[in-house]
Amino acid sequence: MATNPFAEYKWQALFNDWHIFADGLAVTIEVAIVALFVALLLGILFGVAGVFPNKNLRSFNRVYVEFFQNTPLVIQVIFLYHALPHLKIVLPVFAIGSLGIGLYTGAYMAEAVRSGILAIPRGQLEAGLSQGFTYFQSMRYLILPQAKKIILPSIANQGVNLIKNTSVLAMIAGGDLMYQADSWSGMNMYYGPTYLVTGMLYWLLCFPLTKYVKHLEGSSEVHS
Amino acid sequence: MISDLMNIYLIKFLLEGLLVTLEISFFSIILSVILGTILGIARYLNIPVLKTLSNLYIDIVRNIPCLLFILVARFTTPLSPTLSGIAAMSFFTGAIMSEIIRGGLNSLSKGQIEAALSQGMSTFQIIRYIVLPQAYRNIIPPMVSQFTTVIKDSAFVWAVGTEELTGRGMILIGKYGSTAQVFTIFATVAGLYFLVNYTLSHFARKQHSKMSVRSY
Repeated sequence: MATNPFAEYKWQALFNDWHIFADGLAVTIEVAIVALFVALLLGILFGVAGVFPNKNLRSFNRVYVEFFQNTPLVIQVIFLYHALPHLKIVLPVFAIGSLGIGLYTGAYMAEAVRSGILAIPRGQLEAGLSQGFTYFQSMRYLILPQAKKIILPSIANQGVNLIKNTSVLAMIAGGDLMYQADSWSGMNMYYGPTYLVTGMLYWLLCFPLTKYVKHLEGSSEVHS
Repeated sequence: MISDLMNIYLIKFLLEGLLVTLEISFFSIILSVILGTILGIARYLNIPVLKTLSNLYIDIVRNIPCLLFILVARFTTPLSPTLSGIAAMSFFTGAIMSEIIRGGLNSLSKGQIEAALSQGMSTFQIIRYIVLPQAYRNIIPPMVSQFTTVIKDSAFVWAVGTEELTGRGMILIGKYGSTAQVFTIFATVAGLYFLVNYTLSHFARKQHSKMSVRSY
């Protein structure tokens, strides 16, 4: 009964349906790009809020980070998909994916930004203030440019996680690469070629970014 | 009505799911730490073939979503739902653990090893008594943060129908579909994950500050 999991006709079938995988890959890339912007925006806003002199803003940062880091992305995304329609908010799956993954990754980016800022000696801020800079100007022109070098490797690393996490869309029929792979191979049971090709496509998306992270980590070590 | 949910059988139903989540997470964490330690040491000691193999494994696995490994383990092996989840998550997390552990190993000064060698310790003894205890202590924060990631990512196994906490919650939502009920179920499931993860990271933070070496 044992048939070759990588039999030639299975590869043939996959290449005949290549556009299904290409469509999935396109959705994965689009969701990843939009989610990355959402995550970066939230990460910088909440990260700066986390070091702000105002105590309320700091606790705002804590609530956001603790909630999103301590509950699963799967639950958050399924919540947007299943629970929001009860409040008459019906979002398309693309928006759910971008927003859900963006909110989740944003919490990790906020922590990266916050610890990057905290790594800059407080004297830098005081020096800025003593020169007549406002708090925001000191942040914008003195602290953040210096913190950038510390923050960038972990932001890029979270970018890799973000791409991998787009696969959560497969659980809400999101039409991404993982969903297409799962449903295509679920129909014909041609698991071998499907999983191999899918894995390679994700790998091609993530590997350059992982290499870039290594490069950043290496160069920041030399400079310090 | 929310009161329909306040039922000992439904609460038990969810808690059984939590138990599966904890089971998958616990064994995946243990196995991935063992795998990560072996590979981390192989790379640290520059053991020829093993080093190349572990670099290859890490470069491949770290760049592919966990969910793909869950699908592979579920649909191409005869393992039970829970075991296939453990296998997939250990295999995936092992690569990340090995990176974390290698970071801890590299943070130790070479003088430590020279001192141990001068005392006549063997390589195994040095790794066991000098290198690993210090490396583990230094990497408690990133390692525990990875533990919570394992607990959260175990929710992905619901994609192959394994009834852990998320799966059990979704089954309840299928049966109790009023707005109040759906929100209550989501809040309960999310709350349980939060409780487990927050307790774990809080405990780890305390332990880490207790174990930190005070400077003279």
